[in-house]
Amino acid sequence: MTEQQSFWEFIIAQHEKLLLQVGQHLGLTFLSLLLAIAVGIPLGVLISRRRTLSTLVLGSAGILQTVPSIALLGFMIPLFGIGAKPAIIALLIYALLPIIRNTYAGITGVDPVVVEAATALGMNKNQRLFKVEFPLAMPVIIAGIRTAAVINVGVATLASFVAAGGLGEFIFGGISLNNSNMILAGAIPAALLAVMLDLIIGYLQKSTLKTLRRVFYILGVILIATGLYFLFSTKPERKIIAGFTPEFMGRQDGDLGLRSIYGLKLNPLVVSDAIMYEAAYQAKLDLISGYSTDGRIKAFDLVVLEDDKTIFPPYYAAPIIKTRTLKKFPGLEETLNLLAGKINDSIMTNLNYKTELLKQTPEKVAKDFLVSQHLYKKANLGTGETIRIGSKIFGEQYILLEMYKMLIEGYTNYKVETKTGLGGTKICFDALMNDAIDFYPEYTGTGLLVLLKPSEKTIAKVSKDSRQTYAYVQREFKKQYSLQWLKPIGFNNAYALMMRRSQAQELHIRTISELGNYCAEK
Amino acid sequence: MITIEGVSKNYGSNKAVDKVSFQANDREILVLLGTSGCGKTTTLKMINRLVEPDSGTIYIDGKNIREQKPEALRKNIGFVMQQAGLFPHYNVAQNIAVVPNLLNWEKKKIESRTLQLLEKLHLTEELLNYFPHELSGGQQQRIGVARALIADTSVLLMDEPFGALDTITKSAIHDEFRNLDELRNKTTILVTHDVSEAFELGHRIGLMDKGQLIQIGSPAEMLYHPVNSFVKDFFAGNRLMLEYKIASVKMVQPYLKKQLKAQERIQNANVWEALQFFSTEHTFNEDYEALLQAFNQYRKLQTV
Repeated sequence: MTEQQSFWEFIIAQHEKLLLQVGQHLGLTFLSLLLAIAVGIPLGVLISRRRTLSTLVLGSAGILQTVPSIALLGFMIPLFGIGAKPAIIALLIYALLPIIRNTYAGITGVDPVVVEAATALGMNKNQRLFKVEFPLAMPVIIAGIRTAAVINVGVATLASFVAAGGLGEFIFGGISLNNSNMILAGAIPAALLAVMLDLIIGYLQKSTLKTLRRVFYILGVILIATGLYFLFSTKPERKIIAGFTPEFMGRQDGDLGLRSIYGLKLNPLVVSDAIMYEAAYQAKLDLISGYSTDGRIKAFDLVVLEDDKTIFPPYYAAPIIKTRTLKKFPGLEETLNLLAGKINDSIMTNLNYKTELLKQTPEKVAKDFLVSQHLYKKANLGTGETIRIGSKIFGEQYILLEMYKMLIEGYTNYKVETKTGLGGTKICFDALMNDAIDFYPEYTGTGLLVLLKPSEKTIAKVSKDSRQTYAYVQREFKKQYSLQWLKPIGFNNAYALMMRRSQAQELHIRTISELGNYCAEK
Repeated sequence: MITIEGVSKNYGSNKAVDKVSFQANDREILVLLGTSGCGKTTTLKMINRLVEPDSGTIYIDGKNIREQKPEALRKNIGFVMQQAGLFPHYNVAQNIAVVPNLLNWEKKKIESRTLQLLEKLHLTEELLNYFPHELSGGQQQRIGVARALIADTSVLLMDEPFGALDTITKSAIHDEFRNLDELRNKTTILVTHDVSEAFELGHRIGLMDKGQLIQIGSPAEMLYHPVNSFVKDFFAGNRLMLEYKIASVKMVQPYLKKQLKAQERIQNANVWEALQFFSTEHTFNEDYEALLQAFNQYRKLQTV
């Protein structure tokens, strides 16, 4: 029961945001749907008259339909920027296929005897289309619109990746923050919208032409209203256009901290981390919440602003391993510590750049680095026991995993088994605790905030200084889990605010405080 | 008047219509008769340009039909189709009013003309609000005829108009159709594969085979003066009945040896109908035989 109450509490507390998101969601769905109708029905009519074009048109629409939505949104950014525009165009593309296909099927499915009768009575092409073919094909065409509407309500949740708002903000924010209330507050209204739209359009399908005509007028009004809404709501004047991930938006060491500690009220857009670097590079965004060692910082010539009031806790990477395991594999600790202090932020960024942007394999990047550090040794044909290394599901962890594998194979007689791509922190940590893996690289900030979750006072106390954080997690992990944090590798993969280098230099902004001052100026 | 001159139409290597020429006169019903695939429907559809001929010319009242826009041409030609071809989303009133609406008639004129036609076709006014799927086959076909007649065009084309009806409905509708005064001022061309329908409705019959027009003439000419064995064989199966049908009682009257008892009852019938009537009652046995003898005398003179 308490769970349920807290969900309602969440809804009540967030009802303004929720209403806004529902409004945006409906706006996106309707606008894209109406555009898809405006494009799809004439196309369907065209290919029903020129059947030779039908394979081409239906084929292309089918191919567009199979492009994963995130990828499609990614293609949209260089062309249409971020915000409602790319989202609506992507949704339009998804809605097209069912509408074109059903218009085509509906019109070609009209009884040829009836069509011949219309011709024989002296109707011209347009009279035949509007008096006979359309009315008879209408149920099939509306069934297509119905399919498109339901698809669009679903896909519109992804609009939050390109800062177009919608219920996706709650859904994806909730997933990142592991907040079920937030997920449900987005998912339940989205599901209800889909069901309601389906019912309403289903009702229209059975109604007469006259009601249909009336409904089209109403839809027209809604279209204009939502259109105006987008026109005015997406253009508040901002000196700096900020785009943050849904996770960053909801965290104390994120937007909340920026507001309370730096007094920075940026009115940020919500975007996916998959596209935000690109958007910053394209100057669609000026300020983003990235990770300090991401390879794209180098690729897109971004600069990290100094966190001069330290709201971002340090995220120093180090292997974590059971004390028992260290005893079981003598020599392992020394081997793993070979990497300690060897990789600083800029080196890690560079290594990430090589895998993510230059598309080199993690093995090659790991080997090249070890060779340059004179740490590389050829692998022994291990005869000893097997050590299992785990990694989370992003590039940096793959590189670290390869380095540890090469070091163990080069310096010891153990065999190595790798388990890459273990979803998130929780999965990696559970795997370690249940002896499914022997160690994996973890970050001190994650250990503190996600795994230990101490009181806010403790967090504030220990997160100011990287050494204190490390000492705290080291001590607590030993006490609570019998786990060891080995020596830090050297780099800090923390949250960071970043801007284009050129713009930062032009505005003389190096720290977050300076950014705050710039924004406060009139 | 419709004049067709050397019209041909090929579908690939198949000659659907092969150099067909004939004339359909004012105030006549010309029936194009033949088995399926003989080219009769294609010939019919070339007259309102649903099909365009590969060669040859068609004139209506002396005007080449290619000199008009197809839509304008079709508005001046009534067309009845095999399965009525009514619009399923229109009720009966709207279906009948399609052409007048295309011609921008006034509402009142459409209404009064519709009511006039309903009466002539023995349909009730309440049907006007029904939709086609709520009607019987015979009713649908009558509505199809009304739709083709409403604009009172000088040409009426009918493509197997009664083909989908059962025999009883068909003969009832044949009677009505024959007596329809609306047809009096028209050139009507009717396509059918039904031999007895051709003989019951046609003033003249054109027999087609493999895209060619084999013979065109009055029903009597078709039966008694066939141009070749194909024509002769074509009617062999129904021949006796057809002969009775095309001879009216009035035509055999001069050969009667005595006055018939039921003379008045059969005055306007054909021999077939009269014999049918006589054969139902014993009291007419003498009449039956007398009429039969007279018919045989009449027939001898036809085949000479």
